[in-house]
Amino acid sequence: MIVLLLLLLPLLGGLVTFFLKEAKAARGWTLLVSLATLAVSIYALTTKSTNALQFSTGWMGSLGSSFSLGLDGMSGLLCLLTAIAYPLILIATWNSEYRKPNNFFGLMLLTQAGLIGVFTSTDALLFYFFWELALVPVYFLCSGWGGERRIPVTFKFFIYTFTGSVLMLIGLLYLYSQTPDRSFALESFYALNLSNDAQSWVFWLLFIAFAIKMPMFPFHTWQPDTYEQSPTATTMVLSGVMVKMGVFGVIRWVLPIVPAASFAWGDVAMSMAVIGIIYASVIAIQQNDLKRLIAYSSIAHVGLMAATIFAENKIGMQGVMMQMFNHGINLIGLWIVVELIERQFGTRKLSELGGIAQKAPALTILLVIIAFANISMPLTNAFVGEFMMFTGIWNSGVTQYNIVFTALAGLSIILGAVYTLNMVQKIFFGATNAITTNTHDIRGNEKLALGIIVILILAFGIYPQPLLNLTDGFVDNWLKEVSISNLGVN
Amino acid sequence: MNTLILSALSGVIMMFSGFMLNTRTAVRTLAHILLLVVIAGTVLELRGTTLFNVDTKGMMVFDRFALLFTLVANICTLAYFALSSKDMERVGNNYSDYFALIFFILSGIVLAASFKSLLILFLGIEIISIPLYILAGSEKLNLKSNEASLKYFLMGAFSTGLMLMGIALVYGAMGTFDTTRMEVVGATPVLLTAGMMLLLFSMSFKASAAPFHFWTPDVYDGSPTVFTSYMATVVKAAFFIAFMRLFTDAFGGIGMQWKLIVSIIVAMTLFIGNITAVFQQSVKRMLAYSSIAQAGFMMLAIYSLNADAREGLILYAAAYSLATIGIFAVLIKMKDQSFEGFNGFAKQYPTIAATLVVFLLSLAGIPLTAGFISKFYMLKATVDGGSLGLAIFAVLMAAVSVYYYFRLIQSMYFKEGSQVVAVPMTAGFKYTLVGLAAVTVLLGIFPELLTNWLYF
Repeated sequence: MIVLLLLLLPLLGGLVTFFLKEAKAARGWTLLVSLATLAVSIYALTTKSTNALQFSTGWMGSLGSSFSLGLDGMSGLLCLLTAIAYPLILIATWNSEYRKPNNFFGLMLLTQAGLIGVFTSTDALLFYFFWELALVPVYFLCSGWGGERRIPVTFKFFIYTFTGSVLMLIGLLYLYSQTPDRSFALESFYALNLSNDAQSWVFWLLFIAFAIKMPMFPFHTWQPDTYEQSPTATTMVLSGVMVKMGVFGVIRWVLPIVPAASFAWGDVAMSMAVIGIIYASVIAIQQNDLKRLIAYSSIAHVGLMAATIFAENKIGMQGVMMQMFNHGINLIGLWIVVELIERQFGTRKLSELGGIAQKAPALTILLVIIAFANISMPLTNAFVGEFMMFTGIWNSGVTQYNIVFTALAGLSIILGAVYTLNMVQKIFFGATNAITTNTHDIRGNEKLALGIIVILILAFGIYPQPLLNLTDGFVDNWLKEVSISNLGVN
Repeated sequence: MNTLILSALSGVIMMFSGFMLNTRTAVRTLAHILLLVVIAGTVLELRGTTLFNVDTKGMMVFDRFALLFTLVANICTLAYFALSSKDMERVGNNYSDYFALIFFILSGIVLAASFKSLLILFLGIEIISIPLYILAGSEKLNLKSNEASLKYFLMGAFSTGLMLMGIALVYGAMGTFDTTRMEVVGATPVLLTAGMMLLLFSMSFKASAAPFHFWTPDVYDGSPTVFTSYMATVVKAAFFIAFMRLFTDAFGGIGMQWKLIVSIIVAMTLFIGNITAVFQQSVKRMLAYSSIAQAGFMMLAIYSLNADAREGLILYAAAYSLATIGIFAVLIKMKDQSFEGFNGFAKQYPTIAATLVVFLLSLAGIPLTAGFISKFYMLKATVDGGSLGLAIFAVLMAAVSVYYYFRLIQSMYFKEGSQVVAVPMTAGFKYTLVGLAAVTVLLGIFPELLTNWLYF
């Protein structure tokens, strides 16, 4: 029941928001709902009763589908991320004005419902419903409240992801048609034993959808434009949480269902990911626009996660889990800083900024910590995750190119340091210019949001054990599902 | 049988009501009442009560599939009347005749949905088509309307010829018109194959499947918009039901002979419909091509011919008709029927714009709408039938369709403009649209509400 509550809170709360015409009321209500969701998700992680974490009821029985939700280690972690992200985003953007605030916040909450639905559903058809439910509100958010080029850009984003999702639908339908009991349930899919040929088909049908969402090279072209043009609150959701849908999808819906194909195509997928890491990092170095810089850096980070999934070993997967959570937190922190800078100076161009450090010490300190997390310095949360992921790829037993992949992916740390430190230097140090001379420091709510993020960064950087414990059982089970030892390979 | 007789009678009553009733409001009210009577008759028959005892000599069969589709067609017609019957006034002076013709179409739909003999199929198709030729040309002083009517009539007559030839050949091969007695033992007779092909082509023509679709955009565009709305929805769905029935009953056993051709027709229809719709500047023409594109999806039911396809086609008929009728109902009232004409529409009419969004999402096949679930049924039937490739092609084309449906959403919501509505939209109109949108969402979440009628 808890898991149902987790889904219904933002869903119903979002629907109510549409009727709160008053800006303050809508904003306050949304914050209230998101805090309640956070409380429920924390409760869900601490509760011992496994019954509370499952929910199932009849729905579309004639189609072999049911309304089944379940919370395991990974979905619990991602729900927690979603639930933490929303209050942070709302607090950080408390002072932003929106036209028709009721619609804006209503759509935001519906997106959250879609995200939680995606993470918790254990039925393929339901999963697909939520997958789209998360997409459609984002389309309206970006098109309605975004920047100048928002209409063509979000259109591209929508068609891109929609194409991916319909392909995924065919993949799921094919799997359904192969199940002996004609069911969309996740367990039935896991129990399938398809021929290698069929597995390859299904692998690509599903994988492309998730690769687009992540986004992974070469399906990433929608992403920088969309991040740049969306309203910042939406960008935070998109990059902090929504990209995890892709990673999550690969982990839950691809590898355990088609293990043989994932083994066979794993090198291709890893190569795509590694190319993406280097490509995105190199482009990030050249960016002059803050938002685009962070967008490309995000592609690089997510690429590393994608590569590690196909390494299929425990330390790597634990790293992915850690990093999914931490990357979300760090990115939201970066976007908050971008939002602050853009609102104060009216520009995101690195070349037009400089010398903020003397005027805004609090902002500088907080940003530098977040920037360190972005290049995964020790003592920050990202260090633990990235280190584990590199170890995972290095020790991977399923690919012959593990050393090559590790070496190439490792470049991302150096390249990441180049663009991140370059960014910090250009914004905060150097001479002040006309635009930045009247800088004032950040406000209380922004300090609060950034402060929480920095605390999370340091806390999980120094003591990551709680996160590791959370997903430990899940990763073990998962490795059993994806193991191809029964096929006589490896 | 109830529906057939009641709707034919209603047609006759409407024809003569022009002499008796002086005001258009009275005519309209009468039409609504008669349609409600027809619906009541259909529901009664679906629940097992037949008011008229007519021996059809085994030429017709009123099974649940036929009756349920008849009900769907009637209810969509009611939605159409409720939204657009007032706009028929602007077409011409023969107001009551338009209603009469629509009732005749309804009786044709009953024939086309419940035939068991090829002769009844022919009658049904013709009874649907002839009133349509008239309705297409009902705007007498408009050259485009005349052209549409003439074009439709000439092309329609040609395809009717093909159909008759096909029926004759099938009769020659099998010695019967009864569609249920066409089992082939051993090799398929060449005459039967030839006849089946001719029937396939003529039905594809009626249902505007490519490459027999060339009449569709011109006829839909030229006809008065309020009649295009009916032609593109209920009537098109009826042709598909007849199509499905014909191929299930008569030619299901010789699938080898036609599966490949039908799959080519499906692929071509989807491709041409969707790609051409992308380039349209007028919403009306876009909807004409979108109807071709949707026909491609409905055609998947003919291709797979299983239980899912039957349920799915009924759902598809309902989902597609309701959504398209809703969009047309608003389009009729617009002064500028291009995409630009809708700029800024959401600011002026937020509620109506929101319902249009639901309809467009339904047509595009986004989950939580009836359009998604009906597309889902079609794809499920296709994948079950083992044609993964065709299903993949179909969804890629569905992704293309998002482009032109969302263009309308963009115009309404994200572009500035001060469009002028030719006819004011009343509160009743608004609430009817909201009702239709609610039904669309409801069917999208609980499709069993409709499909269960097939069995219980």
